[in-house]
Amino acid sequence: MKVLIPSALQSYTRQAWVEAQGDTVGAVLADLERQYTGIRFRMIDEQDRMRANMRFFVGGATTFDLAQALGPTDTLHIVQALSGG
Amino acid sequence: MASSKEKPARRVVVLVATRKGAWLFHGDAQRKSWRADGPHFLGHIVNHVVLDPRDGRTLLAAAKTGHLGPTVFRSTNLGRTWKEAGRPPAFAKAPEGQVGRAVDHTFWLTPGHASQPGVWYAGTSPQGLFRSADGGVSWEPFSPINDDPQYREWMGTVQDGTPDGPKLHSIIVDPRDPAHLLFAMSGGGVHESVDGGRSFKPLVKGMEVVGGFDPSTITFHDPHCVRLCPSQPDRLYQQNHCGIYRLDRPSDEWVRIGKKMPKRVGDIGFPMVVHPRDADTAWVFPMDGTSVWPRTSPQGKPAAYVTRNAGKTWQRQDAGLPPDQAWWTVKRQAMSADARDPLGLYFGTTSGELWMSRNEGERWACIARHLPEIYAVEVAELK
Repeated sequence: MKVLIPSALQSYTRQAWVEAQGDTVGAVLADLERQYTGIRFRMIDEQDRMRANMRFFVGGATTFDLAQALGPTDTLHIVQALSGG
Repeated sequence: MASSKEKPARRVVVLVATRKGAWLFHGDAQRKSWRADGPHFLGHIVNHVVLDPRDGRTLLAAAKTGHLGPTVFRSTNLGRTWKEAGRPPAFAKAPEGQVGRAVDHTFWLTPGHASQPGVWYAGTSPQGLFRSADGGVSWEPFSPINDDPQYREWMGTVQDGTPDGPKLHSIIVDPRDPAHLLFAMSGGGVHESVDGGRSFKPLVKGMEVVGGFDPSTITFHDPHCVRLCPSQPDRLYQQNHCGIYRLDRPSDEWVRIGKKMPKRVGDIGFPMVVHPRDADTAWVFPMDGTSVWPRTSPQGKPAAYVTRNAGKTWQRQDAGLPPDQAWWTVKRQAMSADARDPLGLYFGTTSGELWMSRNEGERWACIARHLPEIYAVEVAELK
């Protein structure tokens, strides 16, 4: 599936849109980690919690659940919340 | 010390970590002119950049951004290229049903003993102790303290810590013995291991705490910076939330040597610097720790203070610094020394200025202005 990478993480992917496989949000992030070592820990902490300013959207709806199922036509948008100075 | 003739020596590089990236300032042989190399990691919050003195070329940088998780970057060519650690410091996953801790940022980096190439230690916020055995590529929780119930109690909560998070810092490796380790926590006291980190014990006797609290409660102790004297490793100096201290082993009792500081300046501050060859000489950079803790230079008049007799007396060193209306201060990692003779001192300010003295603090000169808020200043000498 297609995954939108926020600009702050494009130092890993070198592009905004990448392809990753998986039937859950967590599985897709694991595949991203396989392709781009280090990228997952910048988004997900060691207790498998989404970091405070990272947001994940599936089909335009926000999700906070790594176990959320994804369909073959879904697109995952990863967004860095705009905040702070 | 200050009267010795300066010899051509190794080139000095000042490693500056800031709220918005890192810079390397390369000095000429006389330490008079400086070339800025940076920014590295522009936009990253960089808490510490340290050169491995054992190989003279490996740099580690502890970084995160306001939004992204923490990591460690590594360079083996003095910053020309960087590669991210494969496994940055991270706490163990908590058992099901328990709430585990997550590293917010790596705060402190210490190279291991000279006999253990590739070994590094890291301190984090919230307080955690980590070790790498492969030059900083992969990190593991180190010693039982991270999950020990007693240590977790001593670490307190986020509300007990410093404004940007409680920290484990001042990781010290005894140059005589790789199994003799110390670290400090803000808050949570000073701790020592003599068995290579398998166990630690508090080392807080004699240290004061904020008035009205019980000094026997380890949580209340807030050491800001602890340094071991390389020339006399049985001597430690400490800048604490509640004064300046010295400890001479085998005693286990800290002595408050800051009482001899001028009353209107006080003995509150963050950095502590020791002389590499003279254990009686040490520097502090006091700040205003009154009322609401402004964390500025006292009266807006910045100065270092030096003792040359192990804390019996202190002398003000402000020549070249702004005489007044300078409301910055110096954080705990942001002051250090080289090993030249005469020794060079360096500090970075919360207002983004980098200062140095080529004569042990007798006169200061500004190397750089308009940097972001400076978090750490380390000095490396290249072979």
